[in-house]
Amino acid sequence: MTDATTVATTQNVGGARSLLYHVILCAVSLVMLYPLLWMLASSFKPDDEIFGNASLWPDRFTLDAYIRGWSGLTVSFGTFFWNSLVISVLSVIGNVFSCSLAAYAFARLKFPLKNFWFALMLGTLMLPYHVTLIPQYVLFLNLDWVNTFLPLVVPKFLAADAFFIFLLYQFFRGIPRELDEAAIIDGAGPWRIFWSVMLPLSVPALATAAIFTFIWTWDDFFGPLIYLNDASQYTVQLGLRTFVDSTGKSDWSALFAMSVVALIPVLLFFAVFQRLLIEGIATTGLKG
Amino acid sequence: MTTTAQIPLTITEPEKRSKRRGGLSRTLVSYSFLAPWLIGFLGLTLGPTLASLYLSFTNFDLLQDPQFIGTANYQRIITNDVKFWHSMQVTFTYVILAVPLKLAFALGLAMVLNRGIAGLPLYRALFYLPSLLGASVAIAVLWRQLFAKDGLANVALGLFGIQGPSWISDPNYSLYTLVLLSIWQFGSPMIIFLAGLRQIPPDVYEAANIDGANKVQQFFKITLPLLTPVVFFNGIVQTIDAFKAFTPAFIISEGTGGPIDSTLFYTLYLYQEGFAYFRMGYASALAWILLIIIACFTAFSFLTSRYWVHYND
Repeated sequence: MTDATTVATTQNVGGARSLLYHVILCAVSLVMLYPLLWMLASSFKPDDEIFGNASLWPDRFTLDAYIRGWSGLTVSFGTFFWNSLVISVLSVIGNVFSCSLAAYAFARLKFPLKNFWFALMLGTLMLPYHVTLIPQYVLFLNLDWVNTFLPLVVPKFLAADAFFIFLLYQFFRGIPRELDEAAIIDGAGPWRIFWSVMLPLSVPALATAAIFTFIWTWDDFFGPLIYLNDASQYTVQLGLRTFVDSTGKSDWSALFAMSVVALIPVLLFFAVFQRLLIEGIATTGLKG
Repeated sequence: MTTTAQIPLTITEPEKRSKRRGGLSRTLVSYSFLAPWLIGFLGLTLGPTLASLYLSFTNFDLLQDPQFIGTANYQRIITNDVKFWHSMQVTFTYVILAVPLKLAFALGLAMVLNRGIAGLPLYRALFYLPSLLGASVAIAVLWRQLFAKDGLANVALGLFGIQGPSWISDPNYSLYTLVLLSIWQFGSPMIIFLAGLRQIPPDVYEAANIDGANKVQQFFKITLPLLTPVVFFNGIVQTIDAFKAFTPAFIISEGTGGPIDSTLFYTLYLYQEGFAYFRMGYASALAWILLIIIACFTAFSFLTSRYWVHYND
């Protein structure tokens, strides 16, 4: 009897407390996400309905802003979108390819100077990119690569983002060595082991690397700002910035509409791979 | 038994020979895996790092060859550059406010989420979303509107009868809107804190309960000490990131760092010197000063870590 009552009271307290937690969490979620929802709603509002109006529902629903925004500048937003897509997809291929090769060498192979190179690789994780920025710019200028996608894409094929080497290295080290040894007994060399044993077992880590590369490249503003000068070469982020400067003050709804468009690929990745992204951060400390 | 013993004997001779040749070819194979990174490291990282160190001692405008001017750039930066000191002040204010507040939010919400409440994956995903979106121009655009004179923030304040200023274009407030933008992205350190909290065994708290420790004592005597490795990690990552912040300040101020240089982040100043005025030597010196600041901060954190970071071993 007494047991039953104590259980009941703790459950009640637990219930009240968990209700309180839910209230807190819902309030925080609402405050955090309201601006995003409001931007989405505003992109469907006529311009005069945006300012001073916090409503999440357009009184007069219109797609005008999307039509105006898409063709608002001298170059269509579709061109920016395509450019961003090309750069991001090439970066994903380059990053996954080059970083997994280096990670495999560091995780599994024996070679002279291995520890030396490994320490230098870790050192580059701390290096702010501003230090290499100007000589890299001069180098790409001399190669005549400025105003092309090459300065944004080629470094990815050379594993310039050491962070992903480290991520894949950690994952490869977790794969049991018995699997390699079995493959060696079957007569497999390092390339064969890499291709047929390591890569198939590392799909989650490769996917995490690929998704973060895509999102970070898609969102990158600084690189394109430095290297791309022609509007026909602009990425989505640069296009949006041009929009802010040229029409920003008069045409907020079109600006919001194109901002929503710019966020769509990232939101899609988030919707589909949310679990993988969160696990990737929790286990590796990715800054996200 | 006999067969297994014989196998090594029979292959000793050829193996020995192939091992000597194999050593070199194995090294070549290994380096073929390493090659893309090694080329990138030498050509895009090490070479440019040394080159920028040299350029920082020169006058260089891209048109003419760099002229060596000794430490003149550094001397001018330290003794005679008001904008440099101003951008330092802006950046340090930003780092000192944004990082602790962001981590406090992240830890607080991680602790609430760690109470085993229903719907954890949903909340976690919702809180994480701003971290994923925050770096993009679209969010900076949104922020500019939120804190404009007739923006959403002032509409909300209006409900309480408060007439807010034009936050973005008032130099007294513009930097704080960027601090708020950084706090808004507390999701990714929160996920790391949550993973850390999961590692703390529940029986530690049970023991503390029996000893009569209250919640506040439990937080300061158990949770925080056991979580210091995660605090350390998040602190370093977020601080370095905050020093490198660029995009939001650029978009909100249309590339100027205004109003009245109130959002002139260090990186923005570096960009202006290098790519607006093409003072490449001067910008290289600024980059090296940034590297020194980040290196000192990291070294200091690691050196002091043994006094406050408790590793569980």
